[in-house]
Amino acid sequence: MNIVVTLKQTFDTEAKIALTSSGSIDDNGVKQVINPYDEYAIEEALKLKEANEGSEVTLVSVGGAGTESAIRTALAMGADQAVLVSDPTLEAVDELVAADILAKAIAQIPYDIILSGRIAVDDGSAQVAVRLAEALGLPSVSSIQKLEITGQSAVATRDIDGGSETIEVPLPAVFTAQKGLNEPRLPGMKGIMAAKKKELKVLTLADLETSAAALNAGSKVTSYSLPTPRSAGKIISGEPAQQAAELAKLLREEAKVI
Amino acid sequence: MANGIWIFIEQTKGEIRKVSLELLSQGRILADEKGEPLTAVILGKDIAPLADQVASYGADKVIVIEDDKLTDYTTGAYTSALNKAAQKYEPNAILIGNTAIGKDLAPRLAQRLGVGLASDVTGVTADADNYFSFKRPIYAGKAFAEVVETQTPAIATVRPNTFPVAAPDASKKAEVITETAEIDPADLRAIVKDIAIVASTRPDLIEANIIVSGGRGMKGPENYVILEALADVIGAAVGASRAAVDAGWIEQKFQVGQTGKTVSPTLYIAAGISGAIQHLAGMGSSKVIVAINKDPEANIFTLADYGIVGDLFEIVPLLTEEFKKLG
Repeated sequence: MNIVVTLKQTFDTEAKIALTSSGSIDDNGVKQVINPYDEYAIEEALKLKEANEGSEVTLVSVGGAGTESAIRTALAMGADQAVLVSDPTLEAVDELVAADILAKAIAQIPYDIILSGRIAVDDGSAQVAVRLAEALGLPSVSSIQKLEITGQSAVATRDIDGGSETIEVPLPAVFTAQKGLNEPRLPGMKGIMAAKKKELKVLTLADLETSAAALNAGSKVTSYSLPTPRSAGKIISGEPAQQAAELAKLLREEAKVI
Repeated sequence: MANGIWIFIEQTKGEIRKVSLELLSQGRILADEKGEPLTAVILGKDIAPLADQVASYGADKVIVIEDDKLTDYTTGAYTSALNKAAQKYEPNAILIGNTAIGKDLAPRLAQRLGVGLASDVTGVTADADNYFSFKRPIYAGKAFAEVVETQTPAIATVRPNTFPVAAPDASKKAEVITETAEIDPADLRAIVKDIAIVASTRPDLIEANIIVSGGRGMKGPENYVILEALADVIGAAVGASRAAVDAGWIEQKFQVGQTGKTVSPTLYIAAGISGAIQHLAGMGSSKVIVAINKDPEANIFTLADYGIVGDLFEIVPLLTEEFKKLG
């Protein structure tokens, strides 16, 4: 079985966000990690590989040279090889362009199952994996909690509002991983050593027979801003019964929210 | 071209989601600003009766697409039907609720149409050059991006609770257009085997007006009953911090924060939640925040509108009693 996992490097979730003097997101000194939801996708791929002898897990990513460290970590977890599309001419990559590039890169390799994180915690769009499925003409199941493969079909249970839904799709197909799908493993020393020898193929847009000019973004960011900081409000003192009574009164009469 | 604004009406078994009514209400304001028509688009089975309801919220036109294959939501069938309708009528914008269905449908539709998509937006403004400009939280609300789309339709999924629902006016009528669903066989590869809706008397977390949330200070799964009792008196949903979910006290679907749900209720009551940055990212846009925590240094107090330094096991039941008294 050929399993492809899409991977994105993102800011650590504990990172504080600041803007540069030119108004863009400042990544200076920010710790970079594998997008946490992509870790669930990697873990699921590794479990499938372990259950199906002769399987291979290939990581595919679009990003700058810095992405290599996230890829090495995923290789240390147990993925077999990686493809990174990195091109200096690539500037504003929106979800449409990212999906088109991933589709071109994945079209060059064999695949039965494509796993992605359900959302990247940086831009929070939750679009690219679903767009990728569409670009490759594949069915997809978003936000899965459970995945079972039988022959050429997959049964996945996904989160819906107020419950869950179980869906069967023929392979190949795309699945996006939700928290709860599994518990991602930590790379061990042996894995870290082995990862250094694994193949990380870096491709340019020319290798994918395309160019920055041929990839048309559907959207663009015109500005970034930071939220207006909230300030501390009233601390209600007194005995517990007084505090509760005062809070109920304030919520009704001052805030008017109950 | 006066092709106007489309609102995708999400319905389950004939019941319209609240976020769709929010979008109709705001869509009316935006359509008036643009001087263009507002169209509601409903997909499903036996949904024609919903046309009057969406008209009462201000839609000028209602496109009804009925088909057996649209009875339950599936990615393929809904994308196919909506895509063909969008190709035929060429709307200038399509607004969709950022729900489980919206998050799945919108990227498919945008990719098929070859256009951009602004996800989880919390602001929509008319833009002279690009029809709309969308404000959307990034880094789970630690920053915002203003996004424009370079082609039409400008598609966005809008966060529930972003816009208020206007009062319906039953005297308003809309032109109803019935379309047949044209669904590509290639879009029917997924089979829905089972839908398990967990019966709950509480509102859905992402649409709730009030959320009562518990964190590490809850000390164990058995203690959530005291939050549930408060929630039921004030009609709230129950939420949790990552600490409580990771401890196995409450299911992941209740998690609020950067790796859980992002919520924007009118009132958020945080009990025993310290206020880690990743939790604040998921609830920081709440209108009013209440913190109950025994640690006066807890970070949550730095942004709470009302704070009580105290034992939640004492305060929460007392608060429940107070609201019962107030009725």
